[in-house]
Amino acid sequence: MAKKVKFDIPEFRPYPTVPVLKPGVMKGNGPFKAKPDMQEALGFPGELIDDWHDVAIDKMGELLKKYRSLRVFLDSCMKCGACTDKCHYMIGTNDPKNMPVARQDLFRQVYRRHFTLSGKLFPKLVGAKDLTKDVLDDWYNYFHQCSQCRRCSVFCPIGIDTAEISMAAREILDTVGLGQKYCNEIIPKIYKIGNNLGLPKPALANTLEGLEEDMKDETGIDIKMPLDVEGADILLITPSADFFAEPHIDGLIGYAKVFHQAGASWTISSYASEAANFGMFIGSYENMRKVALRIREAAIKLKVKRIIFGECGHAWRVGYSFLNTLVGPFEFLDTRYPIPQHICEYTYDLIQKGVIKLDKSANDHRRLTFHDSCNVARATRMGDKPGGQFEIPREIIKACCNHYYDMEPDTIKDQTYCCGGGGGLLTDDLMELRVKGALPRMEALKQVVDDHGVTHMAAICAICKTQFAKVLPYYGFEMDAIISVHQLVGDAIVLTTDVKTPG
Amino acid sequence: MEFWTAFYAISFYVATLIFLVFGGHKVYQYAVTPAPLKIPTTPAPVTTSGVVVRLLLEVTIFKSLFRSNKWIWLFALIFHLALWIVLIRHLRYFIDPVWAIVALAQPFGKYGSFAMLFGLFALLARRMFVARICYISTPSDYLMLFLLLAIGISGTLISFVTHTDIIQFKAFMLSVLNFNFFNWQTIPTDTMLLVHLTAVILLMIVFPFSKLLHVPGVFFSPTRNQVDNPREKRHVAPWAVKEFETSPASTTSE
Ligand code: SF4
Ligand code: SF4
Repeated sequence: MAKKVKFDIPEFRPYPTVPVLKPGVMKGNGPFKAKPDMQEALGFPGELIDDWHDVAIDKMGELLKKYRSLRVFLDSCMKCGACTDKCHYMIGTNDPKNMPVARQDLFRQVYRRHFTLSGKLFPKLVGAKDLTKDVLDDWYNYFHQCSQCRRCSVFCPIGIDTAEISMAAREILDTVGLGQKYCNEIIPKIYKIGNNLGLPKPALANTLEGLEEDMKDETGIDIKMPLDVEGADILLITPSADFFAEPHIDGLIGYAKVFHQAGASWTISSYASEAANFGMFIGSYENMRKVALRIREAAIKLKVKRIIFGECGHAWRVGYSFLNTLVGPFEFLDTRYPIPQHICEYTYDLIQKGVIKLDKSANDHRRLTFHDSCNVARATRMGDKPGGQFEIPREIIKACCNHYYDMEPDTIKDQTYCCGGGGGLLTDDLMELRVKGALPRMEALKQVVDDHGVTHMAAICAICKTQFAKVLPYYGFEMDAIISVHQLVGDAIVLTTDVKTPG
Repeated sequence: MEFWTAFYAISFYVATLIFLVFGGHKVYQYAVTPAPLKIPTTPAPVTTSGVVVRLLLEVTIFKSLFRSNKWIWLFALIFHLALWIVLIRHLRYFIDPVWAIVALAQPFGKYGSFAMLFGLFALLARRMFVARICYISTPSDYLMLFLLLAIGISGTLISFVTHTDIIQFKAFMLSVLNFNFFNWQTIPTDTMLLVHLTAVILLMIVFPFSKLLHVPGVFFSPTRNQVDNPREKRHVAPWAVKEFETSPASTTSE
């Protein structure tokens, strides 16, 4: 491999293995810290404040009153160890602090010291610790080695979700002035411009026009990518990576073709040109709400009837699980449709009704597998039955191709492994972690490649797509082995010019 | 009044009070703390009855644990089941006349203690010898197992080896339960019985301050007890309404 790397790429493990502990291997300073102006744009102190200790403890007390999850999870862990080998970062790095329970314990030790009788009286006995600068540094480092993927919560007998603890820890870190650069410099761009990329309206309009031309060249048909069209039926909220990144953009083309063929009236909003919501990653209800509010405002302003989300994992979590709660109710939308709806739900429905026709042979040069993105798999649903989030994308893929193979059952669906770059970790300063964290997914992929000649892995998450495009080569795969589900749809869809608009 | 009788009677009252007051406080705290967002681990039930089934499967057969680790599951299940049987059997010392189900549990309960001890030793061995679990264990995790082992071993010894005047003990227990203050029946003072009772009293006292809170905790765990219906139903917490939706920039503008 031509790439120069400063760390060891993990080797594929022979099955089954018992993880060996290598304490401290991932100790470090964590990802780059946010600059003061970005911190302040989000309402956080610019840098570590002098009385950080007291402020942090106060904040912890506040969060304990606001979040039952935190309270219950901190009290209820019985240290059974069931989660200890479930985290992809533990598997990829072997650093024991990447065991979910050990990660929680970084938080729990301080909770016990300050908020429980046993920890106040017998700190040594119950593993309670003061919040020293060392502990704070450990927090910053290891709570940025958690992609909030919730895999641990599937396996914990109490359902303890380390993601909840990570979010709380990051919120406390932000409150004392320790913000992470990647997340905290992206969120203000949404407030200022409308998307994570800082892509202003003229540039966005240009991009969409360019794509329309490309589609015209490719198909000979006028397929629109409307922007800010007032009175459109459908508002598409999609991750801004869909506007320019590979393989995301082919997914966007796929959505446009589906809308075209369905004769739908739809639009993108330049004001809410971003599905991603990094407010979730930093555990900030306030910022998450502020970002989500733009979607509501755009829907009102454009007078749409429906909201549909494009392919993005955590965005779908915010969309499906939180949107209604954060900025609902959406009584002004057409309540005959789910609010919001996932593009896969939409496409699947059209396939079911026979509105769109798919030519499977268009994808005959591909042999496919599907990567369940963690937020979609473990924090949301599609359709009206539990597990629809697994079936619907698979059904779509199978309707688009002749060769589909699932990866090992314990690496898919609700047991899926994170791509390694979720939860606000998709930044180059965490490259080592990202590569190592991808190990279990890469192993499962390798197996279907070897057994079934799989050539491509489809996904429905902007972060997964970017992450895989980057890490696949480290493991000897082609970087374009990752593709969008709606690219498959776009390639297989049978397009016609005389589409009739439904009345 | 004989010293040990008064000592154990009073200790029982104190321990029960601590257990109820502090344990009750914890449950109250869990109940009143809002869960501001829908976070069930999906796929999750879409109805309340579905959630009841999910929770029942978690607390009876430890469904999630089964999926995660067969050994821990096996040992934990043996321990908890045996504990239940033993507990039911013990009811005969607290109620008169004895209920049929309790009478029925007697033979199982007697030998259930062996299963319980097996489960405990197995869990202890895991804690000591599996590097990952050893790493996450604090002294209190071991002490908890030792305390349970002390209860199990002393109880088993009383049943099968040292024996005690169980009729007299029941008389003591009933007099305690009937609040016959300083008029309690005398407690038998065999060493094993006193060890057994001391350990049980300690367990009741530490319960609300320890990881034994997983017992109420599992019922309050939002990832397990929430209905998956966020699109159909708003779930906003009172504090969020107060902080964000009562300002002029509220969401209700249209
Ligand atoms: S949420 Fe995911 S990344 Fe975080 S500790 Fe759990 S398994 Fe690991
Ligand atoms: S599985 Fe749950 S209870 Fe067991 S150690 Fe992990 S977090 Fe704690």
